[in-house]
Amino acid sequence: MSTDAPQTTDETSETSTEDAPAEAPSAGDRRRAQKQERAAERAREEAEAEAAAEAAKNTVHLKVFRYDPEVEGKQEPRFDDFHVPYEKGMTVLDALMYARDTYDSSLTFRHSCRQAICGSDALFIDGSQRLGCKTQLSDLDMETPIRVEPLPHADVVKDLVVDMEHFYEQMEAVEPYFQTDDLPDEELEEQRQSRENREKVKMSTRCIWCSACMSSCNIAAGDNEYLGPAAINKAYRFAMDEREGEEMKQKRLEILEQEHGVWRCQTQFSCTNVCPKDIPLTEHIQELKREAVKNNLKFW
Amino acid sequence: MHEHDVIVVGAGGAGLRAAIAAQEAGADVAIVTKLHPVRSHTGAAEGGINAALRDGDDWTDHAYDTMKGSDYLGDAPAVETLCKDSPKETIQLEHWGMAFSREEDGRVSQRPFGGLSFPRTTYAGAETGHQLLHTMYEQVVKRGVTVYDEWHVMNLAVTDEERPSDRSCHGVVAYDIKTGSVEGFRANDGVILATGGLGQVFDHTTNAVANTGDGVAMAYRAGVPMEDMEFIQFHPTTLPSTGVLISEGVRGEGGILYNDESERFMFEHGYANNDGELASRDVVSRAELTEINEGRGIEDEYVHLDMRHLGEERILDRLENILHLAEDFEGADGLEEPMPVKPGQHYAMGGVETDENGQTCIDGLYAAGECACVSVHGGNRLGGNALPELIVFGRRAGQHAAGDDLGEPQITTGKSDDYEPAEIDSPVPIGAVDPDDGTEPAAADGGAADGDAVLDTAVEAERERVEELLDSEGINHAEVRSEVQETMTANVNVFREEEGLKQALADIRDARERYQDVGVSDPSRTFNTDLIHTMETRNILDIAEALTVGALARNEFRGAHWRKENQIRDDENWLKHTLITWNDGQPELGYKPVILEGEDKTYEPKVRSY
Ligand SMILES: Cc1cc2nc3c(=O)[nH]c(=O)nc-3n(C[C@H](O)[C@H](O)[C@H](O)COP(=O)(O)OP(=O)(O)OC[C@H]3O[C@@H](n4cnc5c(N)ncnc54)[C@H](O)[C@@H]3O)c2cc1C
Ligand code: SF4
Ligand code: FES
Repeated sequence: MSTDAPQTTDETSETSTEDAPAEAPSAGDRRRAQKQERAAERAREEAEAEAAAEAAKNTVHLKVFRYDPEVEGKQEPRFDDFHVPYEKGMTVLDALMYARDTYDSSLTFRHSCRQAICGSDALFIDGSQRLGCKTQLSDLDMETPIRVEPLPHADVVKDLVVDMEHFYEQMEAVEPYFQTDDLPDEELEEQRQSRENREKVKMSTRCIWCSACMSSCNIAAGDNEYLGPAAINKAYRFAMDEREGEEMKQKRLEILEQEHGVWRCQTQFSCTNVCPKDIPLTEHIQELKREAVKNNLKFW
Repeated sequence: MHEHDVIVVGAGGAGLRAAIAAQEAGADVAIVTKLHPVRSHTGAAEGGINAALRDGDDWTDHAYDTMKGSDYLGDAPAVETLCKDSPKETIQLEHWGMAFSREEDGRVSQRPFGGLSFPRTTYAGAETGHQLLHTMYEQVVKRGVTVYDEWHVMNLAVTDEERPSDRSCHGVVAYDIKTGSVEGFRANDGVILATGGLGQVFDHTTNAVANTGDGVAMAYRAGVPMEDMEFIQFHPTTLPSTGVLISEGVRGEGGILYNDESERFMFEHGYANNDGELASRDVVSRAELTEINEGRGIEDEYVHLDMRHLGEERILDRLENILHLAEDFEGADGLEEPMPVKPGQHYAMGGVETDENGQTCIDGLYAAGECACVSVHGGNRLGGNALPELIVFGRRAGQHAAGDDLGEPQITTGKSDDYEPAEIDSPVPIGAVDPDDGTEPAAADGGAADGDAVLDTAVEAERERVEELLDSEGINHAEVRSEVQETMTANVNVFREEEGLKQALADIRDARERYQDVGVSDPSRTFNTDLIHTMETRNILDIAEALTVGALARNEFRGAHWRKENQIRDDENWLKHTLITWNDGQPELGYKPVILEGEDKTYEPKVRSY
């Protein structure tokens, strides 16, 4: 067994049993004895699985960040090592799931769709923001241990889970919903939108709220109130949608021009580089700056 | 305790639509969801939304296609409601700003889909579900609907009268994943379950990890029948390591399936001499598994889907996203090599029995979306018919729970007059391991009429359960879960025969007994996913069992359900819905007739051939 975590857990459970007063075995004692037996069996099985993984040689070595504010031994952040048998096609998320289900069920991370659409598993993998499910192990350097950490610039809740509240607040600060005063009268009649216009907003609508961009952004790290690339992109999605109309666009530009809006961006492209949906974030932000300038000129 | 008029459990397409509708009808509504709304699996839907919008199309044609596709196990009043309301609901999404693909004239685009007599599948690129989910979440934000996200609903607060149809639902008990606290949510007017699919019952699925069928299992244990659970759609082209879906588009464009001996088996082994790779989903899935079972699979596991001959230009033009999927999730380069594929669980046609208003037999308890069975899909769902179900029946459930009058439903629920009881033929006991241990049913004694008291009792029971799980040092739930998933995939897959189904029941029993000794080894109250997954595994057990009981009983071949012993559709004996009731831990099997009479026509069963 190469991980620290299971060892720690097993040790504590053993000590508590040893401390129990030596009396005639009660039902509770029997149950505890059984539990201990099971724990030992589990440890054996884990050791076997680990040995098998080693024997298979083709293993991948993960170094995973661990932290839990309330569990003894985890309050000080640390890294645990996991050796996972490698198969072609395996992603970082697959390896984490294997480690959790086989070695340490307390290993904690968010995940759901496994196909880069739910945006749950943005992680800091070998030093950059990526989705665990969309990162093939074979694309990383498997010769050295693969480091898996929670997203930087966010509060860690536990292990790889970060607090997303701040990200959600920024997303919701830009009136992130369609607004128009001009709907067709007929219930069954759609608003018209040109193909070009739909093409223009298409990339911006692909955001999955993973927050990789926000985590990569130096400005956001320094200015907690900065809207951040994802929220600005969300606003872009509506500002550029011809169905909302000119008046609404003015209003959206005003929101974006606030102190912590588009002008904070220093075009470093880190967000664009990490976005798993290939959204040209920096370009969108630049375009909004230009629109804002044009807009201001009109009112000069 | 939190208190609202309407509580919606789940925030995928169905839950969001229900919440919006309830709020528009004047209710104070809250959503309780174990995932943040935008993480829901509705986001994974690619193809589109069926809606008869255009000249030359008509809702009656959509209804006809759907009844035929259902292999005559859909209920006409539900199917007609779906098809009539879908155009309005689809355009409603457009009015909320959804980024549909567009035609030259600026109107929304529609594409042809399998089993449809008109190209009525309304789409937004290959990401229709993502666009739909985000558009509806935007409306929820706009309206300020309260969302409790990362709260896992553990149980329903339901009274315990003898007959389920005398019971009423007063709220839910939920676990705050971030802090570990267990709280009651009082619903004055109704609880709407919108918990989505149950793909995790199988070990290979296109569904998300969170699709564990929680709502179906909770309603079941509260007394609501599970309807038509044996009808599961398997998709023939999913990636072997993750289950990610490779769209039918590849075969539509001319992609070819090969076995290990480089044979084009769909033709060479005579599975579909006319349609070949384009035969219906169930035919192709069975063909692939036959090849694998007979030793002609690659690595004994999958077959190859080859699109290289289409040429780089055409692939990049029409199937670009497939290249990304194969590359990102399987490490395969579709331009250079064939892609590995195998059948995977995709969609549950069955679920919580409801009427057209989303109501179950328990007063105040509703269900909508994939977790519900209203039933529009019957034996087999047509592609593009699930998303309209979310918006049409999500809305109806929300309105009805908030007090709107939607008229008398024609579909009956619970053990109504036409209920036909049947014997369960199982080699092992089924249901609760110890039905008399006092943990069943969930709620208080004496049919307590006071909603608050029912909720308090339910909260206490769940708090105890959490303490027990955290204290015990038992086996890891993951072992139990994988035992169930493996036997389901081995025995309750596209091929079903008596012996295998009985084996599955025995394995599930074994897993159930092992679950008695399950323990959570993570002692933390903070984001304890070990605990959540352990609770989900209980739901998986109940669902797997009911699904298998239904499959064993139904000795015919209808829609997605195939039985070796009787490979024909047997209308004389089986033109009826399966109902399985928990019955406080001693499950009961029964049936109710299908409703083939529509508003002004009857859908006479015909041979389903394409
Ligand atoms: C890959 C794929 C492609 C598809 N393509 C199409 C298509 O093109 N067209 C089509 O019509 N259909 C398609 N479908 C089917 C369709 O997408 C689904 O049936 C539908 O989206 C399900 O929506 P839902 O709202 O019922 O559930 P989901 O979107 O799965 O949402 C479930 C919600 O319930 C919550 N939840 C679950 N359990 C609990 C609990 N215990 N406590 C609290 N909250 C809980 C979750 O957090 C989530 O918010 C596809 C399905 C898949 C998997
Ligand atoms: S813009 Fe890209 S990186 Fe940022 S949240 Fe959206 S999908 Fe993630
Ligand atoms: S698990 Fe959903 S984006 Fe990775």
